[in-house]
Amino acid sequence: MFNDLLLILWIIIKIIVIVVPLLLGVAYLTFFERKVIGLMQSRIGPNRVGPWGLLQPIADVLKLLTKEIIIPSASNRYLFVIAPMLTITPALAAWAVIPFSQGMALANINAGVLYLFALGSLSVYGVLVAGWASNSKYAFLGAMRAAAQTISYEIAMGFSFVGILLAAGSMNLQDIVLKQQGGFWHWYWLPLLPLFVTYWISGVAETNRLPFDVAEGESEIVAGFHVEYSGITFALFFLAEYINMIMVSTIAALLFLGGWLSPFEGIPLLGPLFAWVPGIIWLFLKIGGFLFLYIWLRATFPRYRYDQIMRLGWKVLIPVTLVWVVVVSLGVEFKIAPWFI
Amino acid sequence: MLFETILTYPATPEIFLLGMTCIVLLADLFIKQQEKKITYWLSQFALVGTAVLVLLLYNVPSTLLFNGSFIWDKTAALMQFAIVAINFFILIYAREYIRERKIPQGEYYLLSLFSVLGMLVLVSAYSLLTLYLGLELLSLPLYAMVALQRDSTECAEAAMKYFVTGALASGMLLYGLSMFYGATQSLNITEIAQVTSNLSSGQELMLIFGLVFIIAGVVFKLGAAPFHMWVPDVYQGAPTSVTLFVGTAPKIAALAMVVRLLIEGTPALVHQWQEVLILIAVLSIALGNVVAIVQSNLKRMLSYSAIAHVGYMSLGLLAATPDGYASALFYMLAYALMSLGAFGMLVLLSKSGAEVDKIGDLRGLNTRNPWLAFMLLLVMFSMAGIPPMVGFFAKLGVLEALIGAHMVWLATFALVFAIIGAYYYLNVVKVMYFEEPEIQYPIVNRPIINVAISVNCLMVLWLGMFPSGLIDLCRAAFAM
Amino acid sequence: MNLAQIFTDLVFFSFAAILVGSALMTIISRNPVRSALFLVLAFFAATGLWILLEVEFLGLILILVYVGAVMTLFLFVVMTLNIDVEEQRSSFVRYLPFAIVIVAMLVILMVYVISPGHLNPSELTTTGGQPVNYSNTTELGMVLYTDYAYPFELAGILLLVAIIAAISLTFHGKGNNKTQNPDQQILIRREDRIRMVKMQGDKK
Repeated sequence: MFNDLLLILWIIIKIIVIVVPLLLGVAYLTFFERKVIGLMQSRIGPNRVGPWGLLQPIADVLKLLTKEIIIPSASNRYLFVIAPMLTITPALAAWAVIPFSQGMALANINAGVLYLFALGSLSVYGVLVAGWASNSKYAFLGAMRAAAQTISYEIAMGFSFVGILLAAGSMNLQDIVLKQQGGFWHWYWLPLLPLFVTYWISGVAETNRLPFDVAEGESEIVAGFHVEYSGITFALFFLAEYINMIMVSTIAALLFLGGWLSPFEGIPLLGPLFAWVPGIIWLFLKIGGFLFLYIWLRATFPRYRYDQIMRLGWKVLIPVTLVWVVVVSLGVEFKIAPWFI
Repeated sequence: MLFETILTYPATPEIFLLGMTCIVLLADLFIKQQEKKITYWLSQFALVGTAVLVLLLYNVPSTLLFNGSFIWDKTAALMQFAIVAINFFILIYAREYIRERKIPQGEYYLLSLFSVLGMLVLVSAYSLLTLYLGLELLSLPLYAMVALQRDSTECAEAAMKYFVTGALASGMLLYGLSMFYGATQSLNITEIAQVTSNLSSGQELMLIFGLVFIIAGVVFKLGAAPFHMWVPDVYQGAPTSVTLFVGTAPKIAALAMVVRLLIEGTPALVHQWQEVLILIAVLSIALGNVVAIVQSNLKRMLSYSAIAHVGYMSLGLLAATPDGYASALFYMLAYALMSLGAFGMLVLLSKSGAEVDKIGDLRGLNTRNPWLAFMLLLVMFSMAGIPPMVGFFAKLGVLEALIGAHMVWLATFALVFAIIGAYYYLNVVKVMYFEEPEIQYPIVNRPIINVAISVNCLMVLWLGMFPSGLIDLCRAAFAM
Repeated sequence: MNLAQIFTDLVFFSFAAILVGSALMTIISRNPVRSALFLVLAFFAATGLWILLEVEFLGLILILVYVGAVMTLFLFVVMTLNIDVEEQRSSFVRYLPFAIVIVAMLVILMVYVISPGHLNPSELTTTGGQPVNYSNTTELGMVLYTDYAYPFELAGILLLVAIIAAISLTFHGKGNNKTQNPDQQILIRREDRIRMVKMQGDKK
């Protein structure tokens, strides 16, 4: 009895250890984003609050928390309030299965990839419900766009996961990472390169980030699905979007870039030199790389038009993944070294 | 060696048909609109090839394949051949019709091939899972085919009704099947039959509970009362070429479902399903024959006649003797042939945009095309059960089986309603021969179509005069 | 009764209650969007029950396919339709007594059939209690491609037919849409689009 309670307490502590740094990470990701985009566009970015502007995210959070929540009178009150929760819950729940290093996961479940994928497919509900409950045409258009886009890219994303499952022979995230042991060239990014690219593009699309942010599209439909939200309700959408960005980057690092494994593994001189670095550092570095890519994409590309998004999803990405799944299964069947042993 | 294996492997017809259908699919995708005849010929080749394979396999002894979920026996062989042959005729009849009405041809052929595949699967299904999948594979293309004439709102309405009621029936069937699975813990009909012979009372209760739902679902698909509501609306609303499809071969497949589920699956519950079938037969025969009398729309009249015929067919089943089953199978095959002739005739008469679907449209058919009128006369006589047509022997066989099972009152009832029913069939004949035509110009068809419909209708006569061959085949199908 | 057992029971009954409740709400809810959302909740509860039975693959696939894809599209359609709720309501009330009678009959029959007096629970096999390294996915894959290969293939054909049927009912041929053709767009030359005209000045 006592042991059971202790176990529950221990799990709660673990959850806090994951969630608190995550929220801090989100706060500073926004700062990082504004700085990087500023530099790319020859501006300075935030630099007034605190030293080098470092307290800017804190100020933003305080501002959002203290703002008034406005619920439009013609909206569907209940769903309007519940929508942000629907968005943030799956975004946080997905972190339960992420292994940060060997044995470092809240829950090491067998169907880890499937779990991530299932929760990822839920993120659209918050958007849909928010858009519909707001009873505003801009919000509704944004929700419709988001639904169509998510459905389209989920298929391609699912097929890239299928490729991973074939290659690793497991849906357990820890096993998938361990199968990639052996250094940079043994990771799955190389044999599954088309799936890697597809996954990344779909991931960007699923999080509704530029150049796929038609759901928000501030120049066409103001702010899309969250146009009617303010204060903390808006902050939840914002938070969920950034948590999902980190999540997509983490999954990409785990599935295609060897997770917490060192890139120098097996290289004569460099390997032992970096052997002391803990795995979690490597994982964070990889995640950071992907996050930078997110921001880089945002600063570089203009927004896709709706039909172009559909065309890319259905006519390019899905066929590519379909073909590559066949290629991967051939590779697994004939045990092509060093990846499919 | 390989060739021999193929020719003795009982699933070859299905595999061949699936392969050919995929070829048709790809071919239809890439050929131009003007060359759609290639799709037609490929489809016909698929059907003929399948029929030939079924014939070659006829003497292969009964086998279970795929872990017991597929059976090859004489019942399956006979029904499969009938289904494929009927569809061969359907495509011949429907070709002109769908071309004139801008119904997408490639899709029509393709969906009908898939539906035929579903029927073949259903006919030789021997587990609850394949049974259900076969049924869905049969039905799904039909829903789409009814709606295929896009500019017609009636078709859309009929398709909607068909789809909703069909989905409801599937749901009921599935619910019943889940009860079966719960009680017997097996999906295999062989095992279910074994388990049901020695059950605890609790399990038996659960089985009976499931049986009610299964029968409801099956009766829905067969289109018998009291689950007949969709039949008239769908038959009338669908394009005649699709009514032709819906009203013939699927009935045979639905009979196969009854055979597998009730006769072979739950022989231990014979008394339970017998009672339900009696109710269904009585209701169907009475309702079908009486309501058909007042119909002025020929397709609607034929749909009520279909309900009545299904009722007669189930008389054979509820006799619960091998002879009874054989007579039911014979009845179904005969009905499918007659229905093919009747609806086929409607398709052929609907020329140049004019839809022939009222009884009045047949006025004076004799002066416009005596031969076709004579053919329709044969079919109508046969449906009414007048000797020496095949319909007569079909009814005779069923009644014989009933009397053999000591259900004379039921046989008398059926006979009385057969006489009532003869009225509306003969009314059609009267209209054709003794009334003046409204339109004078003769009906001309391409020779091959004339040959097809003549073969079809003369078969009705020929099988009526020499029924013993088919009767023997049906008996062989249920030889214990 | 240890804590784990109590916890399992608690989870089971709460999911079961949510499942039944949300299924009921799906039917009686006035607003179709709410109905669809309650159906989503019902799927969730069903997933919970499945995971409790240690069939995590099926549970997650239920979320992935039904909640993530099917219901999203369903909501998409339902939200864009402007369904007259009042009209629906009247027919709902009209058929309600009839429906209640049928449902009551079914429920009574069902309860009677599966009551412990008739159905001995020990006759039914139970799942659960699998070893730690048991993978539901692997097991499912094994039987799916061996014992159930034939039904599996049939299900594939069924999906193909559904695709063909849907396309043949909705695709109205090329040429009706107004999409831009980028191939053509980049081939545009300045000479095709604008003409430079020298205007004569108003000189006197």
